Amino acid sequence: MIRTFSYVALSGTLLFSATAAATDDTTQQYINTLTELGYPAPKANELVHIPPTMEDLENASLHPELKRVIRRGYDLFTNTQQLRGENVFNNMNCSSCHMGEGRMPFSAPVWPAAVTLPNYRGKNDHVNNLEERIAGCFTYSMNGKPPEYGSDNMLALSAYHQWLAKGVAMYPEKPIYGRGFPAPDRPAKLSYARGEAAFEENCSVCHGNDGEGLRVGNHTVFPAIWGDMSNNWGAGIVRVFTAAGFIKNNMPLGQPNSLSDQEAWDIAYYMSNQERPQDPRYTGDVKDTLEKTQERFHKHSMYGQARETDGHVLGDHNNTGEKPFLKPDSVRPRTFE
Amino acid sequence: MKKLPILLTALGLAACSGFALAEADATRGAASAAVCMACHQADGSGMNIPGGESWPRLAGLDAAYISKQLHDYKSGKRSSASMMPFVNMLDDQKIADVAAYYAGLPATKGKGSESANEATLKRGQQLAERGDWSRYVVSCKSCHGPDNQGAGAVFPGIAGQHAGYIKTQLQAWRAGTRKNDTQDLMGSIARRMSDDDINAVAAWLASQSASAN
Repeated sequence: MIRTFSYVALSGTLLFSATAAATDDTTQQYINTLTELGYPAPKANELVHIPPTMEDLENASLHPELKRVIRRGYDLFTNTQQLRGENVFNNMNCSSCHMGEGRMPFSAPVWPAAVTLPNYRGKNDHVNNLEERIAGCFTYSMNGKPPEYGSDNMLALSAYHQWLAKGVAMYPEKPIYGRGFPAPDRPAKLSYARGEAAFEENCSVCHGNDGEGLRVGNHTVFPAIWGDMSNNWGAGIVRVFTAAGFIKNNMPLGQPNSLSDQEAWDIAYYMSNQERPQDPRYTGDVKDTLEKTQERFHKHSMYGQARETDGHVLGDHNNTGEKPFLKPDSVRPRTFE
Repeated sequence: MKKLPILLTALGLAACSGFALAEADATRGAASAAVCMACHQADGSGMNIPGGESWPRLAGLDAAYISKQLHDYKSGKRSSASMMPFVNMLDDQKIADVAAYYAGLPATKGKGSESANEATLKRGQQLAERGDWSRYVVSCKSCHGPDNQGAGAVFPGIAGQHAGYIKTQLQAWRAGTRKNDTQDLMGSIARRMSDDDINAVAAWLASQSASAN
């Protein structure tokens, strides 16, 4: 069952249809669950979409082969470690950051990419489609090498994204409820020491005292949040506001919105002051790289800055972690000429 | 500092009382475990008692996890009228030894799923492996590890545990009568689970293998 419509329609004419009333109840219940968890209710003009589940997929009238490919995409999304050494060179899964299998609002749900792309993207200053957007995650968040455009794995991942967007109109004009990792207002002052203490108090039981996370066999249980097994310096979550938004809305697991805004920002600031593999856009010099990427990206991160505790310049190294190269071929400009 | 309690129990509270613990010894543990066997059985298999107080399987659980639970019973952080007289017979050394003993035993099979129907098991599997995010019930495996066979010293293996035990523990977490977890990690999830959810996930986990081999 697909439940997509604008929240404003809830109190409107849709109520006169019995089916729409049932949909209305489902959506209202969905919103109630979220608001009870401390998330804001949708604004009057926002698009609320409840992405279909894997159970819905079984009941959907789609070609069995398509269902098989979407299941494959789901499997890659939730166990991306199966691509370790080929496309993934750290301990991350897609679902490490995109909670609820990419379906949760306020946790960068992935379906908006399927309905808003192709679009211009500031990060690389050109028009990206869904595959290139997914490639970006592999390049930076997975410290890896994206599956080839058009490959089975890339197609399966794209199909999963598009399945989650089922029923949403392309290029929606209304703002999307719960898109991205919305950050709380930035407090006046961020503190490394407070962030460190809050991290040890709230995060270290799962993510370890050195941010290393926890693996069991070849599976990641809790992702590394800095260090060689974490995302590299080019990933969106190295921006302090993105990390603060992720933490506030999603952590500790099962207790969203339980940390104060100050705690979420302090922990994000502390995390952002730790080392991780080099940004694939590195030119060989941290100052030069910072200059080239500052406006579009690194003005929001700690990259290239001296850490207040010991003066270490963050990102001033050649370490690419487990990945035996710096930049995958997919990182290239497009000119459409 | 949430890491401290774990470290303290794992390394032994003896450090605080001025004694140094000898290394945990499973052979010594076997002798000390004599007091445990009436309920937990010689092979550590425990017992599933439908409608009664089931005794958990201890065989193959993580030693640090067992040790923490025993210390928590002693300190009152976890309460059980049945366990109290027995943990009071164990000093810190014996706790470490008993934990090593049970951790070293091969895991036995979980019981209590035999009468569960297909729909119940399917719901249980969903909760165990994918969760139900529509109510923010995250999957068991997101903390209890691959196939719910345990992750580290803090998150015990729950696959292959008796359904009766899992059910009463989830009910206790939900009611707030058990709260010796870190950061309310288990309590906050249990409070969003219905009776049907608890029965379903207990049955599914009991039907699963406790170890990878």
